[in-house]
Amino acid sequence: MTQTNPNRRDFLKSAASVAAVSTLPLSMVELAFADPAKNFTFAYISDSHIQHIKGSRFVNNWDRGLIRAVAETNLLQPKPDFVMFGGDLAQLGTKPELDHGAEMLAKLNYKTYCLLGEHDYYLDLGEYWSELFGPHWYSFDHKGIHFVVLNSILTFDDWTFDRWPTAEQRMLEMAGLDNPNGSPFMVGDKQRQWLAKDLAGVSKNTPVVVFSHSPIQKIYKGWNFWTDDAEQVQALLQPFDDVTVIYGHVHQIQYNQIGNISFHAVMATAWPWPYPRAYAQAESHMPKITVPMNRADPFFERDATGWQFINMKTGRVDMEYKLSSNSNRTVAFNPETGRPEDTKYQDQADRIPPQTQY
Amino acid sequence: MSKKNIWVVSCLVAIAIILVGYGLQADEFTVTDVERWEGEFMVVVTEGRALWGSADLGTNGVACGQCHPNAANTHPETYPKFQKQLGRVVAFREMINWCIMNPLEGETLALDDRQMIALEAYATHERRGVALEPGKH
Repeated sequence: MTQTNPNRRDFLKSAASVAAVSTLPLSMVELAFADPAKNFTFAYISDSHIQHIKGSRFVNNWDRGLIRAVAETNLLQPKPDFVMFGGDLAQLGTKPELDHGAEMLAKLNYKTYCLLGEHDYYLDLGEYWSELFGPHWYSFDHKGIHFVVLNSILTFDDWTFDRWPTAEQRMLEMAGLDNPNGSPFMVGDKQRQWLAKDLAGVSKNTPVVVFSHSPIQKIYKGWNFWTDDAEQVQALLQPFDDVTVIYGHVHQIQYNQIGNISFHAVMATAWPWPYPRAYAQAESHMPKITVPMNRADPFFERDATGWQFINMKTGRVDMEYKLSSNSNRTVAFNPETGRPEDTKYQDQADRIPPQTQY
Repeated sequence: MSKKNIWVVSCLVAIAIILVGYGLQADEFTVTDVERWEGEFMVVVTEGRALWGSADLGTNGVACGQCHPNAANTHPETYPKFQKQLGRVVAFREMINWCIMNPLEGETLALDDRQMIALEAYATHERRGVALEPGKH
């Protein structure tokens, strides 16, 4: 297994030119370039929660997170093939918030794909978001990989359509992470039928990467670290040899392996969230293999926020967490153990005190 | 009865009344009393929960609960403690004020302000059952 290295291609190019005298292990070169068509990178930015105050004023702290992620992504070398934005661009789904966020995302120098988070959706059910960014769910193919983009933050129709007197109240009720008046996220029948049809045309040895806002696994229902029909979506994905689900919403490092499916969470650019285990009054099901991020230092505004640089080598994901005000972390699929692992801290003996969340 | 005896008896009666009186005040509260007192506390916890999700504590619309759902990652059981970023031992309420000043861009509350007590009541209530560990980082 090689570690993600943004400069690897340049390094390997120059290494190849002096191959006769190089001590670079040949196996590493062969692995990296086993199938150059599949060897590419992309960036992942998520959960910016752009929050309107009034007039032209927005919460500066959250703005800075997205501006920084966009600027750093533009500096990547080698250039990523595209950027994925993982949802919750806005805080309360308003036009000023979505417009302001879209303006910042427009500064990205790459093809950018977007998906919906609950904060983008529950004011007007994604109508204005769609005008800016397109369909709520879709798929595309890139260099031999099948990418699927889901809207995983739907919920029961009676909650969405019949419960609340105004759209603004509906949005506020869903925006409170710990609000008991909220409702569990789900992909829903209609979209699962679409997914089954979409995947029917994909061969089982094609790597599949799914982007969703909520985890397509059940971690903690109280904060919607949860998708209610996760098992049904997983069942559609399990027949494929290599499947990766990348999700936002949780604002923290998480990773897991369920059957053939690898799960990776991404950081927010806005603020970090506690691990569910930090809430003493509830049971949660944190993936055992996850080595947590460091506890956030609130005195550093950007600590425990960041964005991701992702290397798709042979259909699996090496995810480098670019952490503002902290050491970067890399979680990569380990073919020997068949699961994502932190390349530095996976062994219990290698962990450090700030990773203890309580 | 002599004057002296009357005086002694009076003193004994007075002491008895005082002792019985204290006894009544100290011991004889009822289940109803306890429920009422807990109810009074929960009223303040409920006020604290509402404040925790409210944009009114600050000036930029940000609420405590955005970063601290269910008041998680506030660790009230570890205060007072040496807050390394401030370089001294602080009380939990001082960190509440730090958050009001910084992420919420608001004005600090007096440490005995009813709203401050409500915020503390909510955060500690969400942390109930966790062992006290003053000083823990």
